[in-house]
Amino acid sequence: MSSLRFVDERLGAAPAARKALRYVFPDHWSFMLGEIALYCFLFLVATGTYLALFFEPSLERLTYTGSYLPLRGTEVSAAYDSVMGISFELPAGLLIRQAHHWAADVFVVAIVLHLLRVFFTGAFRKPRELNYMIGVTMLGLALVEGYAGYSLVDDLLSGMGLAIGYSTAMSIPLFGGDLAYVVWGGEFPGADSIQSRLYIGHVFLLPAAIATLIALHLALIVRQRHTQFPGPGRAEDRDVGTPLWPGYALRSLSLFAAVAAVLFLLGGLVQINPIWQWGPYEIWRGENGAQPDWYLGWLIGALRLMPGWEPVAGDATLAGNPFFGGVLFPVTIFAALYLWPWLEQRLVTRDPRRHELLDRPRDNPFRTAVGVGGFVWVVGVFTFGAADRVLVSLGFSYATQLWIARVGVFLAPVVAFFAAYSACRALQGRRSVAAPHRGGPA
Amino acid sequence: MRALVAARVAWLALVALVRRPRRAARAAGPAEDPRERRIVATPRRERLVLALLAGCVACAAAFVVLFLTGDRVQLEGLALGGSLAFLAAALGVAANALVPQVTEVEPRPRLEHPEEHAGLTGEMVDGVEGISRRRLLTAAGLGAGAALGAAVVVPAASLGPAVGDAPWETPWGRGRLLVDEEDRPVVADDLAPGGFLTAFPEGADKRELGSPVVVVRISPETLELPPGRGDWAPEGFLAFSRICTHAGCAVTLFRSPKYEPTAGHEPALQCPCHYSTFAVRRAAEVTFGPAPRPLPQLPLVIDAERRLRANGPLSGPVGPSWWGVRGR
Repeated sequence: MSSLRFVDERLGAAPAARKALRYVFPDHWSFMLGEIALYCFLFLVATGTYLALFFEPSLERLTYTGSYLPLRGTEVSAAYDSVMGISFELPAGLLIRQAHHWAADVFVVAIVLHLLRVFFTGAFRKPRELNYMIGVTMLGLALVEGYAGYSLVDDLLSGMGLAIGYSTAMSIPLFGGDLAYVVWGGEFPGADSIQSRLYIGHVFLLPAAIATLIALHLALIVRQRHTQFPGPGRAEDRDVGTPLWPGYALRSLSLFAAVAAVLFLLGGLVQINPIWQWGPYEIWRGENGAQPDWYLGWLIGALRLMPGWEPVAGDATLAGNPFFGGVLFPVTIFAALYLWPWLEQRLVTRDPRRHELLDRPRDNPFRTAVGVGGFVWVVGVFTFGAADRVLVSLGFSYATQLWIARVGVFLAPVVAFFAAYSACRALQGRRSVAAPHRGGPA
Repeated sequence: MRALVAARVAWLALVALVRRPRRAARAAGPAEDPRERRIVATPRRERLVLALLAGCVACAAAFVVLFLTGDRVQLEGLALGGSLAFLAAALGVAANALVPQVTEVEPRPRLEHPEEHAGLTGEMVDGVEGISRRRLLTAAGLGAGAALGAAVVVPAASLGPAVGDAPWETPWGRGRLLVDEEDRPVVADDLAPGGFLTAFPEGADKRELGSPVVVVRISPETLELPPGRGDWAPEGFLAFSRICTHAGCAVTLFRSPKYEPTAGHEPALQCPCHYSTFAVRRAAEVTFGPAPRPLPQLPLVIDAERRLRANGPLSGPVGPSWWGVRGR
């Protein structure tokens, strides 16, 4: 107890600490998705810091002399060489590297599932609109952070991804060309300054931004408290759940350990991004059927779906072809995500009240139908991103898939909208026959 | 053996998690008081947590041994992941089956304070008391901030050059010898009809965007080149920029004679990123996929020693489109 006295005499923290121990967390399995994302981030920072100690962020040319025989004598960059060293020479280096890569993939999965949970239960409603927008921003940052990470390695997949990113930046109307030249430091491939820029972005700027937003996200949760599903004793003006001490603290630490366990098991047992198979990046080389990390699949799908067309007026190319799939499509999705809470409040529900109790998806059929339609749109485009894999494994013509997808990605969301809407209506009808209300799981 | 023990322990943990007594009544409405506190620890559960923690220690020790002795990534992952999995199970059992099971109610804080608004506005206004030209001063302050902001972002321009003529400026020009990756000249007779290879301008930086070209050889009578390019493909040798006009990937696939997935039924170059497909005999006209422009063509000539040489620059700007790509 002397340490307690020590702290309290200096910070006066005892009452606040006591209050913190009694802080109540409403329970539902879906509330853990955001926590999983948080723990993935911590895992990424820890493993990433270790990797950064051995990584060489330089495109200087040298000859590979490491222990992977098939590449011996090949000219590679210092960056690629150092990642080969981490993979083959550094003890447990491959484990940490693969676990880091897996963590990035799981991080985005957790964020997306968390976003779906928040959307379909109406957790974004007043007073949480701003915190929701912080969350959407973190999703965007996580995508850029992941892209920067796998681009740093300077293997063939990195270089192809960077070339596509560069071309997409070039395609932006009016200033895209100069923007790409400023960001990449000149014509790419060719400009080596991109490496140091990616590095400072990946290891410092983006993680710092995400960490700041996480802190803000959590601070706002503590200020506004948690949402909860309706249930016994639950109401708009009070939280019901497990106090931080001891139940929730132990449970959350258990989840942290479980996330780390899964990531290390994946990192040890399931190969990911074997850069020695891709080889170093050279601008004249390409990998047949190259696939990026999963969270960029929606963008590669959109780039592939777009017909070969560019709007031209006189001498001016109003937008390069990659603009439509690589900029307009994701900007539309993110704009819709950012605006939805305000659109719903102004145009759909016209409801200015504060909401602490969550909807079930069926409780707001229009929102659910819009969400399902939008989700099906993105998933449809994403799925088409794998059409070449479908061709290779099933022999189903790529060209046929393309035409099905060009119609399907616009038709399927409409069908999904109406299907979801009527499903919600049907479920609502059934509920009115059953119990007057249903408690959330304990 | 260890796997069996681990499975048994995991099963026990799962049972302990699931067995937690369910709350009895759920019928009452929001007015019901849900608070409760149950003491659930038993010696058996304490032993289970101890066993799980012991598993955590054993796996952690195994990881250290593996780290020092070998480089088997699978075992390292199993040991480290297993250690954390034991820890997760121990903490999970402790949280759900050992410590008191408490359900608590906490009132939510009020967020809005409308009674404060008038006072807050008043204090803001007090801060500018006695100042008459408030609007002018505010506008001047904002203007100064904007000017300073603009001034400090201008140096970002030195991060990169303007596009200018760079995509047109390639090392290629009349008489430039085509060499392969090892700097050996490309000799016409090395390439059989239906074959293709990658070539570079002799003496130039191979990593420059405009450098790599793909050389293909098809039978000359099938050529359908646009007007003015009649002599660009001697003996059916054609060369095109290797950089896709869609998104800058290398056009690495040559579909001849296998046409799947997208080539139609003529020899075609294809980009593996988004499957843009270019008909070789029609000067790389786009026949499939998102590319909006044909690949720039390099006019070829075969010299006295049967070596391939460029007979001029590439026919257009290299790489992806931007605002000014059709501007020349």
